[in-house]
Amino acid sequence: MAGITLTDIVLVLNRTTILDGLSLAIPPGGITALVGPNGAGKSATLRVIDGLLAPNSGSLTVQAKRRAFVFQKPALIRASAAANVALGLAALGLPRTERRGRVAAALARVGLAHRAHDPATRFSGGEQQRLALARAWAARPDLLLLDEPTANLDPGATDLVEALVAEMAAEGTKVVLVSHNLAQVARLAADVIVLAQGRAVEHGPTRATLLSPRTPQARAYLDGELPWSSLAAAS
Amino acid sequence: MTDTIRETFARLATLDRDVVAIAWLSLRVSLSAVTIGLLLGIPLGAVLAVARFPGRGALVGLLNAFMGLPPVIVGLVLYLVLSRSGPFGSLGLLFTPTAMVAAQAVLATPLVAALTRQVIADAEDHLGEQLRSLGLSAPRRAGVLIYDTRFSLVTAALASFGRAISEIGAVLVVGGNIDGHTRTMTTAISLETQKGDLSLALALGVVLIALVVTVNAVAALLRGHAVRAYG
Repeated sequence: MAGITLTDIVLVLNRTTILDGLSLAIPPGGITALVGPNGAGKSATLRVIDGLLAPNSGSLTVQAKRRAFVFQKPALIRASAAANVALGLAALGLPRTERRGRVAAALARVGLAHRAHDPATRFSGGEQQRLALARAWAARPDLLLLDEPTANLDPGATDLVEALVAEMAAEGTKVVLVSHNLAQVARLAADVIVLAQGRAVEHGPTRATLLSPRTPQARAYLDGELPWSSLAAAS
Repeated sequence: MTDTIRETFARLATLDRDVVAIAWLSLRVSLSAVTIGLLLGIPLGAVLAVARFPGRGALVGLLNAFMGLPPVIVGLVLYLVLSRSGPFGSLGLLFTPTAMVAAQAVLATPLVAALTRQVIADAEDHLGEQLRSLGLSAPRRAGVLIYDTRFSLVTAALASFGRAISEIGAVLVVGGNIDGHTRTMTTAISLETQKGDLSLALALGVVLIALVVTVNAVAALLRGHAVRAYG
């Protein structure tokens, strides 16, 4: 089970402080959402957890044997869907037959088995993001980092991606989700961390945190973001 | 003037042996040089795009400057290196097609490397984080990015072919323009013009332009086909 602890993380990029003494503890299992205004440091936090950005100071513990990252824009190469999924296994040193089996299983899982040999760059936005999820899942990660995975997708494609993420979490993969879509956060996440100005200002169960934030920063963000009446009415 | 043009077409129509031999040598030398330029330049450009090390910026600047290397200077330096008293004089390569291939490869490599670096750097902006997140090593990332940009890299190959086949300074100095041995289209055109054999010069000129256009057209067709399949 993948638990994550960040303590006093400071990250400065191009003389701008992105993370300013960020401390948070993400519990193992389930889906944890990171929310907050633009520039709060959500994406940077995911990148620090994945090791893509090295913090200037602070300490970090990530209990995960294997991580996978799905970006807002699916980064696919000009090759077939199958080749793109296989890329996710390239660093694992698996035997060829195992690789092939995993590629086929991953494509089937996201409903793209019939398009294995089609060029990935021709896929629609939703298909591309499902392919990116297949690539991530093929490596059997125990920690899945998602950076606004549905930001560019229409509602139908968003539903498919959400269903896949929920399934993977239910099977034991820890998911950390950055999203500006608070309705999505409410649908998927068990707990929510609110970031503001490079710090975690609030962390609690999703419903309680979204509906009655305790800190002024979280309240300011959530008041600006969410049509509260509709969520309250729906719940 | 009309006589010259009539003779030119006669030489082309009868596949004049001189014209064919000279064109074939030019093509062989330039394609060999471009092949070497691609083998050296693509990995060099990719590494410069992907790796981060001290002095990288200076190296990129130098490479960009080397795109404009004057061919005659390259010829001169190679002449000194290959001449009998030079460090590689014992190889006996001066005034051979091999020396001409070497000279054109020196011209092609920085051009390929600089264009490759730019193309791969753009692809790296889009794919770099994902590839690092997948745990791929720097050489592997470079390999994936070369594969991803393969259609754009055709342009680098064509640019270097254009530079190689049309240059005269380097092949003239290291090849010596020896009849039947190291005479290429550009050196022959220059010589025949000076001698006044304008029909041979013109015939070679027509062949040279036709070759460049054909190579570009074939590359464009192949690229278009590939992009339609995998773009």
